[in-house]
Amino acid sequence: MNLNFIWLALGEAISPTTAAYALATIGLVVHFGFTGLLNFGQAGFMAVGGYAFAITTLKLGLPLPFAFLAAILASAAFALVLGIPTLRLRSDYLAIVTIAAAEIIRLSVKTPELTDITGGATGLNGAAATFNALNPIPDGRYGIGVLTYTADQLWVRVLGWALVLIACLIVFLLIRSPWGRVIKGIREDEDAVRSLGKNVFSYKMQALVLGGVLGGLAGALFILPRSLQPDNYGTQLTFFLYTIMLLGGATTVFGPLVGSMLFWVVLSLSDGLLSLGVRSGLLPLTSTQQGPIRFIIVGAALALLVVFRPQGLLGKKKEVFFSA
Amino acid sequence: MPKTPTADLVAGPVAPGVPKRNPIIVADGVSRRFGGLTAVDVAHVEIPANAITALIGPNGAGKTTFFNLLTGFDQPNTGTWTFQGRDLARVSAYRVARRGMVRTFQLTKSLGLMTVMDNMLLGATQQPGENMLRALFRPLWRSREDEIRVRAQSLLERFKLDTKAEDYAASLSGGQRKLLEMARALMSEPQLVMLDEPMAGVNPALTQSLLGHILDLKEQGMTVLFVEHDMHVVREIADWVIVMAEGKVVAEGAPDTVMSDPAVIDAYLGAHHETDLGTLSGQLEVAKGMESDVVRSDIEEAAKDAH
Repeated sequence: MNLNFIWLALGEAISPTTAAYALATIGLVVHFGFTGLLNFGQAGFMAVGGYAFAITTLKLGLPLPFAFLAAILASAAFALVLGIPTLRLRSDYLAIVTIAAAEIIRLSVKTPELTDITGGATGLNGAAATFNALNPIPDGRYGIGVLTYTADQLWVRVLGWALVLIACLIVFLLIRSPWGRVIKGIREDEDAVRSLGKNVFSYKMQALVLGGVLGGLAGALFILPRSLQPDNYGTQLTFFLYTIMLLGGATTVFGPLVGSMLFWVVLSLSDGLLSLGVRSGLLPLTSTQQGPIRFIIVGAALALLVVFRPQGLLGKKKEVFFSA
Repeated sequence: MPKTPTADLVAGPVAPGVPKRNPIIVADGVSRRFGGLTAVDVAHVEIPANAITALIGPNGAGKTTFFNLLTGFDQPNTGTWTFQGRDLARVSAYRVARRGMVRTFQLTKSLGLMTVMDNMLLGATQQPGENMLRALFRPLWRSREDEIRVRAQSLLERFKLDTKAEDYAASLSGGQRKLLEMARALMSEPQLVMLDEPMAGVNPALTQSLLGHILDLKEQGMTVLFVEHDMHVVREIADWVIVMAEGKVVAEGAPDTVMSDPAVIDAYLGAHHETDLGTLSGQLEVAKGMESDVVRSDIEEAAKDAH
């Protein structure tokens, strides 16, 4: 019996995709967990960041820092465009607008007319070239057992997780500061905060931009180990991020890390177990059924989680106790 | 703290819209319509400074809407008003608060999933750490944080909430939340405190201490404007009473004068507001010939006639 899949599943814990999901979820925690903004379009922020990154490096041929800068500026601009009309309204409007805007982005970049810039339905390839060119790690293979990485694979992991940790640190410092107190107040009751002399609209906008920029950077990180595909940024991506957030705890800074790791490890592990079962004939499934089944498991696990540990893995029990 | 006599408050004969010697708010032609309904239509009213003014009137008289307009939580269809001589109409709510006019809400707005202390600290002004960039560097806001924490602590002690400082506000009782909301409003050292039904749902002992706190505010030089339905409270602490009905100011004056005004009794208090409800409904026995006995037999006779 080949048990390599266990190693591969553990490897998922530090994969760049896991880092990208964690980063995007940190953004979502800023929005939803701390400010109470219902952003159902985090996939849109990732798409905007990813495309800005890829277009800057591939089509404009600019160096890497500019590509990251472009991802930051584009997602910040996207946040402003979404926030200006909706943040004065009730929170549900932001939810409606963000979910629609994310779809607009995904469908717009696919139009054949934009193929020269966005690559149309096939997306863009090779955005990581300039990134890998900066790789300071000497060639070779690194790791133990089944988990060995090329220099480029190691480089993207190091940078990806460095980015995640920096984001965690910034968000952590902000949340325990008076600024964080204001946005948590807004989450609880924005009129009360307004009556205390705080410019609520401005704070909500700052939080939307901060979380959106984290989403945009996550979008850039997401395409480093793969090509950019518009259909990766569907609504389901946003809901995976919500799953990760609830797993880790919606009002925790480090929850997204734990949530994202667990999400990918479990997904990969269940894939391995299912294929083992299918191949040995223990499970009455075909190999095509095996893929979707994993997500059914994730869905069921999430349902159990909200029932038995609604505060998430790192959340505080007492927060849930009072939020009835 | 003695009451401020009428003569020290007004500058003219007592009537709705009478000018005050030292007004903190002067409002003119303020109206607010919701579709066909005119919720507020105040021609002229002045709120005296450094006094306690009660705003009373029947349900739907527009008291809370008027509060919302003055504090920027709602926008008027017409009208202007000044606060301490400066125009304040159509200024957004947070700027109103920064000018020194803070309010509480009829339905208490405590920030449930934050500690009582954090609720208080949020009420403070001039905390540089509330700026996103400065927030990242603790030395830039730490000293101010220490200052406001001291102030918060002393206010919590005054309001007997100091033992609750590290609990979530959601764990407080309804009355304690009222206290917290009031204490939080005082963090910014306002000039005018506007309380929307501060006593609603508060037990008698707590009401007494809240009354004490409101009188303290006046002693410290603040102005208080409050909406209240409990006439005992109004009579006890208000220096001045403004009566609203159907959106208009229909009477104002010292508490005792206003409460014996037939128009006010008619529109709001009811003829038997001094009589105990129990004696009217027949739940309590009363001696023959007492006021409530007479009223009750009147009611019973009227009921017989109706049949």
